[in-house]
Amino acid sequence: MRKVENNKAWLLVLPVFLLVAFSAIVPLMTVVNYSVQDIFDQNNAYFVGSEWYREILRDPRLHESLLRQFMFSFAVLAIEIPLGIGIALMMPTKGKMASVCLILVAIPLLIPWNVVGTIWQIFGRADIGLFGWSLTSLGMDYNYASNPIDAWATVLLMDVWHWTPLVALLCYSGLRAIPEAFYQAARIDRASKWAIFRHIQLPKLKNVLVIGVLLRFMDSFMIYTEPFVLTGGGPGNSTTFLSQTLTQMAIGQFDLGPAAAFSLIYFLIVLLVSWLFFTTINHMDKDK
Amino acid sequence: MAEIHLKSLAHSYSKKPTGPSDYAIREMNHVWEHGKAYALLGPSGCGKSTLLNIISGLLSPSGGEILFDNVKVNDIPPEDRNIAQVFQFPVVYDSMTVFNNLAFPLRNQKVPEAKVTAKVNEIAEILELHNVLHKKAKNLTADEKQKVSMGRGLVRDNVSAILFDEPLTVIDPHLKWKLRRKLKQIHEQFNITMVYVTHDQLEASTFADQIALMYEGQIVQFGTPRELFEKPNHTFVGYFIGSPGMNITEVKRIPDGVLFDDIEVPLSPALNEIVQASPSKNIKIGIRPEFVRVSQDPTEGAYQARVMYEEDLGTYKVLSIQLGQWELKAIIEENAVSPKGVAYVNFPSQWLKLYIDEYLVEDNQS
Repeated sequence: MRKVENNKAWLLVLPVFLLVAFSAIVPLMTVVNYSVQDIFDQNNAYFVGSEWYREILRDPRLHESLLRQFMFSFAVLAIEIPLGIGIALMMPTKGKMASVCLILVAIPLLIPWNVVGTIWQIFGRADIGLFGWSLTSLGMDYNYASNPIDAWATVLLMDVWHWTPLVALLCYSGLRAIPEAFYQAARIDRASKWAIFRHIQLPKLKNVLVIGVLLRFMDSFMIYTEPFVLTGGGPGNSTTFLSQTLTQMAIGQFDLGPAAAFSLIYFLIVLLVSWLFFTTINHMDKDK
Repeated sequence: MAEIHLKSLAHSYSKKPTGPSDYAIREMNHVWEHGKAYALLGPSGCGKSTLLNIISGLLSPSGGEILFDNVKVNDIPPEDRNIAQVFQFPVVYDSMTVFNNLAFPLRNQKVPEAKVTAKVNEIAEILELHNVLHKKAKNLTADEKQKVSMGRGLVRDNVSAILFDEPLTVIDPHLKWKLRRKLKQIHEQFNITMVYVTHDQLEASTFADQIALMYEGQIVQFGTPRELFEKPNHTFVGYFIGSPGMNITEVKRIPDGVLFDDIEVPLSPALNEIVQASPSKNIKIGIRPEFVRVSQDPTEGAYQARVMYEEDLGTYKVLSIQLGQWELKAIIEENAVSPKGVAYVNFPSQWLKLYIDEYLVEDNQS
């Protein structure tokens, strides 16, 4: 039989190619382009090779910021993932209460990010904010604008408040997908509550948790708006995370070359960590 | 090991049942003897899974009692009834190895680890799972998973009964008979009461000593596969068992028998007496396609009919025959010459069954 070659298919995928080219490849290549040139104006641009990369990798400001960023993302995951699972396990499954709970849990997700920042900025103030006022009334010396630890705690708390619902909703949907027979079999096998969680619920939640962890890692690793509105990166540089450092460099100082190199490294870190995580998890399923 | 006794058992999913149609299980009394294999057969929604879950304790009946060896177990939770249940979709603990899956119920009971190992190996050997013992359960095929799921029941000592809820649904056809064979073998080896829910009559008859055929929340017949075939005691049994099912038609009462479409069917004096005495208008006769005699030439007591069409199923032929308004099926041998056009059908009296209000009426001689 003769194989019929039909190249019409290329024509059909062309729009997608164009779309991806314009939305991803062209902007990315622009960044690559900036990162290897020293640009003065439209007519004066010089090729500098890897100079910006070397400069960026040696920049202590970036090192601090990166460390801070990893600490923040790690803290976010360490709190939000277990808490999200816990909330999902406690949410009612049937009846009116189930819908009410779903709506209540989803509310923080519906609030624009800068509004979240504003809410917490006011909420945390000792003079007019309930949270700040309560802590101060209890005799705590709380001030997110001047104390780095308080600032950190507030940013973290804000993120937990904002994003734990996402993890909870993902887990809730994952839990609902477990067939009743698993619980029945577990009962017959005399499994304890913990064993049911450990051997049925958690393994069945694995897929949604992978998505949850990846989303929360990437999002928290690129966090910008909320801490910017709440603390402006301060006090000092204590809550200046990577993306804010990058913005300062690119827009504040207009160092386009180093900023471009920084962006690419940033992008590669996110990609690498996500890939490592995903591969490790997938590897765990295989038989030795 | 246990004898299971259902005593005026009934179950309704609604809180205030008003009529029989509110009951998933209508009041029933049955004894399931120790060490026998039973099939609960019936169409979807007839209450067979409900009944199974009541026996295992996953569901609490709204009325009546369940006794295991004369001990009432209504209030005993499933984990203390010492039963094993195998579900339609294989339930395995994905993250554990096959070994740990099988060991799980024992470890939950704090059985010493040396005994766990011995017992798991023994059961794995019987179920032919020893080669995959250290594989993750997640990576097994459906039939292996189903065996693991059964094995978790078998590892325990003194299992009262193993309950199967359509366990072969997701198994490939060529592995079905193999797994069924394994179930039988285990039944013989362990001498355990087994209850097997299915809607497949072939599965039921190959697996079970006795079949309980369920229809609308009731067990309409409880008997050996042969009894269900030869003497269906409800029209539904006739219709449900056999392929094609029993030929059944409504008839009217006449002085010496019954009548349909001007065709008179004489009855034995004993049966006729019962028919004449019954006030019911719901009278039916039925005969299995296997027992309808068809010939090309008129014979004594035969009715003239028309052969509509013939289906050759490879090992036998099914004829569709029009007798009055009654379209009935007859099975003839593959090699037999099938009549074309006009044919004569004969209903041997021992195979012609009479039903009043859907239930079989028998004269005492048969």
